[in-house]
Amino acid sequence: MSLLAITDLTVSINGTEILHDVGVRMSQGEIVAITGESGSGKSMTALAAMGLLPRGAVPTGKIKLEGTDILQTSEPDLCRMRGKAMGMVFQEPMTALNPVQTIGDQVAETILIHEKTTRADARERAAAMLDRVGLKVAPTRYPHELSGGQRQRVIIAMAIALRPRLLIADEPTTALDVTTQARILDLLRDLVREFDMGLLIITHDLAVVADIADQIVVMQKGQVVEAGPAHDLLANMKHPYTKALFAASAHAVALPEPKPSAPMLNVQNVVRDYPITRQRLLGPRPMFRALHDISFQINQGERVGLVGESGCGKSTLTRAILGLEDVQDGEIRLDGQPVFTDKHPNLAVRRKMQVVFQDPYSSFNPRHRVDRLITEPFHLLEQPPTGPTREAAIAKALGDVGLSPQDARKYIHEFSGGQRQRIAIARALIIEPELIIFDEAVSALDVSVRAQVLDLIADLCRKRPLAYLFISHDLTVVRTVTDRVMVMQAGKIVEQGETETVFAQPQHPYTQTLIAAAPQLPQIAMAV
Amino acid sequence: MNRNLIIGSALTAVFVALGAMSFIWTPADIETLDIPNRLQGPNATNLLGTDHFGRDILSMIMMGARTSIAVALVAVGIGMALGIPLGLLAAARHGSLLDELIMRGNDLVFAFPSLVIAILITAVFGASAVNAIIAIGIFNIPVFARLTRGAALPLWKRDFILAARVCGKSATRISVEHILPNITNLMIVQGTIQFSLGILAEAALSYIGLGAQPPTASWGRMLADAQTLVSTAPHTALVPGLAILLMVLGLNLMGDGLRDWLDPRIRVTRA
Repeated sequence: MSLLAITDLTVSINGTEILHDVGVRMSQGEIVAITGESGSGKSMTALAAMGLLPRGAVPTGKIKLEGTDILQTSEPDLCRMRGKAMGMVFQEPMTALNPVQTIGDQVAETILIHEKTTRADARERAAAMLDRVGLKVAPTRYPHELSGGQRQRVIIAMAIALRPRLLIADEPTTALDVTTQARILDLLRDLVREFDMGLLIITHDLAVVADIADQIVVMQKGQVVEAGPAHDLLANMKHPYTKALFAASAHAVALPEPKPSAPMLNVQNVVRDYPITRQRLLGPRPMFRALHDISFQINQGERVGLVGESGCGKSTLTRAILGLEDVQDGEIRLDGQPVFTDKHPNLAVRRKMQVVFQDPYSSFNPRHRVDRLITEPFHLLEQPPTGPTREAAIAKALGDVGLSPQDARKYIHEFSGGQRQRIAIARALIIEPELIIFDEAVSALDVSVRAQVLDLIADLCRKRPLAYLFISHDLTVVRTVTDRVMVMQAGKIVEQGETETVFAQPQHPYTQTLIAAAPQLPQIAMAV
Repeated sequence: MNRNLIIGSALTAVFVALGAMSFIWTPADIETLDIPNRLQGPNATNLLGTDHFGRDILSMIMMGARTSIAVALVAVGIGMALGIPLGLLAAARHGSLLDELIMRGNDLVFAFPSLVIAILITAVFGASAVNAIIAIGIFNIPVFARLTRGAALPLWKRDFILAARVCGKSATRISVEHILPNITNLMIVQGTIQFSLGILAEAALSYIGLGAQPPTASWGRMLADAQTLVSTAPHTALVPGLAILLMVLGLNLMGDGLRDWLDPRIRVTRA
């Protein structure tokens, strides 16, 4: 008998069908990955399996967990099952833990809810479980004292404390760095083997899917388009959507050949210190060194990548280059002029730089129209264009990123994530800067949209001399859109060089770890 | 539109209309006394009866609405006009000495019981509607300053603010162009709540004789006058009491409804 059998699951909310005839079947000890882009219904399927559909959702069909139909089970019975028969791991380790309870108590709570046992016994078992998930800190710690990866281990410990038969993990590694992601995936794999449970993993990352899954389910717009054993499916993709998805993940753009050119941005021996919280009352504020003696150059028209894990100082460096914050030592010059002079950002320099941020949803003031949003950089010009010149500039900027001039009168909520990122690029382009900083600019996008935005960037490079600093944790993307790459660790640049050389023959141990940790798309898929 | 908003705005509109109408017409002149006709219950000529001087209570309620609304409106205006810029400034200079000064100044004002200080102000500078406005207005400043700062701080961390800074915009300009439009909803809702508190405060000050002075009509004064007559002519206390109750209730319901209605997140889930 299979562990989980979802048959003909259809879910509608307010008459709109969110899921349509979804079928998933898995047995014990098996890892099934559900993948697809946002809105494909993959998370909704997971929530349905936990009996956690949002209010107003009307499900039909069958979800059988070891013979019990989840859809026919009453809420009190479901409460008894959640945590005991099935566990769930969520995406965001920063918000999934209660900040005022120790991690040991939170794991013990799961045990106490379901079993009549003493608090001391529950604590002991919680400590053992935390140890099992590889957490090397005391159970008396609080969540804020832990890193993202450690928190995710606590959440996994909570989910498996009672050895459920089914573990559902919704994007469990999306918010984590690559090296942490690799370790969490290893842990999940080991746990499945040891406890002989079923793991239903929801992820948009096809490299993760190819890495971990025994069975793959590809979803699109609420329907399962293709499903099968991982090896067969990867070797022999049938549905065009599956093929397109894998092709987009491995999407490589054709950058024009870099031309030899003069240096433009010069970062020399930059040091940035932050004061941190006092250790004792009225004591001196200790300093944290976020950037250690950073030096590099970007030439005109050069495309440079910057990779590193969270907390390595990428964002601090971005802010320093943009002249948003002063540095403690060293100098940043663009075309020979410092970006920060006499405690003030140098506006003459800043008009040569623009930035595109990661989150397409928070990058725009929701109360302004697109024309006002993208013309904001005009503020940097001494004589901002007005009237027809301004209209023409708006139309050109929107046209350059593949939108129509009519879009100028719309509000930002009328656009999708990918379109918003295009608008962000239009905003950066409108004053024709020499350098654009892409700060994780494609990380929040679906693979197919990401491929389009990368194509757009390559296309812009062909049309005009454009230099950019492309900051990303995604090595595959950095590899395709940059000529040169820098690797940053703990505030230092540990390696820099030609992108292909660095990726093919990493010299520094950290670079080697990073590249080894990044899950690979299978070659079979690349050939499509 | 939700039910609270409809009921709340309807109640508020009734009193605003009564107050507005009093500029053109009232059923009777409230400055002429008609002692023989005093303490009449509701009847055909005096719809809500008469008070101890024989004045028409409906007319006094209408004139009183005018006083209450004017006092509360100007007091909220003072609070917004000073509190919002202070809050924006504190948020823009977050963590600086200026932020510290503004916020500790707010704490100082908050530390005093507002009504007692209002009594002090009117006692020192004399009892009048203008002084009541100032006294109530001062205590609205920290409310708006704190709310503005609290709402502005998370906005300052958003990417679109960073984008505006990259475009060389000053903190003042960002506050006006980007922060303010995004906190307007909150200010409107808080404004309605403070408005209702202002009406209550005005009634309280007038009740103890420190608000609007006779012959200006005021709901609080009407209550005070009716205090000794409650057993003989209960309507003289009941009518102004109900007026205060309904107006405050209306404003609170309206504030509550506005909050739900203006909050895009709630609206989306309802759609």
